[in-house]
Order: sequence, then structure tokens, then C-alpha cells
Amino acid sequence: MWMFLGSECLLFGGLISTYMLYRGRHQGNPGPAQVFDIPLTSVSSFVLLMSSLTMVLAVNAAKENDVRNTKLWLTATALLGSLFVGGQVYEFTVFYKEGLGFTTSLFSSSFFTLTGFHGVHVSVGVMMLLALVAIISRDRVTGDRAEVVEMVGLYWHFVDVVWVVIFTLVYLIPA
Amino acid sequence: MSEHAEHAEAEHDHPTNRYFIYTAAVLAFFTALETSTYWIDFGSFATPLLLILMSMKFFAILLIFMHLKYDSKLFGAMFYIGLGLAVGVYIAALCTFQFFAG
Repeated sequence: MWMFLGSECLLFGGLISTYMLYRGRHQGNPGPAQVFDIPLTSVSSFVLLMSSLTMVLAVNAAKENDVRNTKLWLTATALLGSLFVGGQVYEFTVFYKEGLGFTTSLFSSSFFTLTGFHGVHVSVGVMMLLALVAIISRDRVTGDRAEVVEMVGLYWHFVDVVWVVIFTLVYLIPA
Repeated sequence: MSEHAEHAEAEHDHPTNRYFIYTAAVLAFFTALETSTYWIDFGSFATPLLLILMSMKFFAILLIFMHLKYDSKLFGAMFYIGLGLAVGVYIAALCTFQFFAG
């Protein structure tokens, strides 16, 4: 898992680098200062951060062999993740209505690619969490349950850690 | 080893829920501080402040939530190699397009 996460660093490193190089390239089209809604993104960041808390609580519950709380915290994490993805879909829709499409400028292409890739990772994480809840409910976990929850947890925290970087470099530091 | 020492070691290896909640509260405070730079003008301090807060949040999640602090050093090495390469990619791309262009 750690090797996979290390390789994911390279993927996001490339995407973030590309965005940082192209964020000022939006001649005559909406740029970061015109379209970004910092209060909305801050709430999304807070939601994703809290989902990391619910995830560690699920891992701890799994280690204590507390099936009920493991399922409860995993479901809460999936809900918070879905809320984050919903916020991102809303943000993309608003940007599109303001005239910022995928091919509008180099800024928009690199922005949608970076945040879109992250959104896909969160969506995959939500599916993994819901599948895990279903597998635990049917008692079909092969091997150590706590270890399986921990592996999904590592992926989820990684998705959060990537957002910490994106939130600062993309949204908060002015171009 | 006394029972108390064994308990303390176990607690060190597996942080408690209270410890995780405390960490999350600190991270939430850092996020609020980051967001405040949108409304409050920190001048030339804004970018360094944001980068420091970002690094602190990044490593807090990595070391505490992902418990890299308590795991084998081999796991850390695998992740840090990827992270180091990613930073290298960024520096190489920046140099190529910003400094060596034209």
C-alpha cells in the first residue's frame, strides 16, 4: 500500500506542477481570482478533514473488534466523502456556467484535470468504504478485519493529504 | 516490565480516540487560520504562512492519522521516495518552463 501511495505522489506531483505552471495562462477568460469561491472550498476542506477523523475512529473500532462502531464510522466517512464530491460537482457546474470549460484556457484544463483526478480518487474511496461496510455486514472479510480497514484508511488519508496541498497551492496562494 | 509500563507502551503504539480528536481539532484550527488569509491581509507573510501551515497539516495527517510515526521505517522510505521524486518532478518542470524556456 505504501509503495502504491508513493507512486500516487508522483501522479499528483505531475498534475500539481502542471497547474502551477499554467495557472496564469487564461488570457481574456475567467482566471482563479474571478471564479474561486474560497468560503465554499474551505467548508469542503473541513468536511474532508473531518472524514479523516471518522476514518481513524473506524480503524480504532476495528482494532477493538467493535463491529457496530466500525460500520458506523466507515459509513460516516463515506457520507462526508460524498458531501465533498457533491461540493466539487456544484463548484464545477458554477464554473461552467461562468464560462470556464475544460478547453477554455490552459488554466482551466490544468485545474479541471488536477481537481477532477482528485475527485475521482475520493469517489473511488467512497465506493471502497461502502463495499467494506457491506463485506463486514455479511461477515465476508478474508484475513484480519482490522488490517483491511486500515488499508482502506491509508488510501483515504492519502486522498485527504493531497487535498491539503491542493487547497493551499491552488486555492489560497494567489496566482 | 510492570503492568503500567506495558499499558503505556500499548497506548503509545495505538493512539487513543481522544488523541485523534485532539489532532483533528488542531488541524481544523490550522484550516481556519489558512482560510483567514482570504479575508485578512497578511501582506508578504501570507505565502510563507500558508506553506508552513500546509506542511504541518500534511505531516500531522501522515504521521498521526496514517500512523507512519509508529510504523516500520521501510514503509516511510517507500512513501518518502515517491514524495521526493514528486517534488523533484515539480522542480524540474519549473526549471524547464520558467528558467530555461527560450
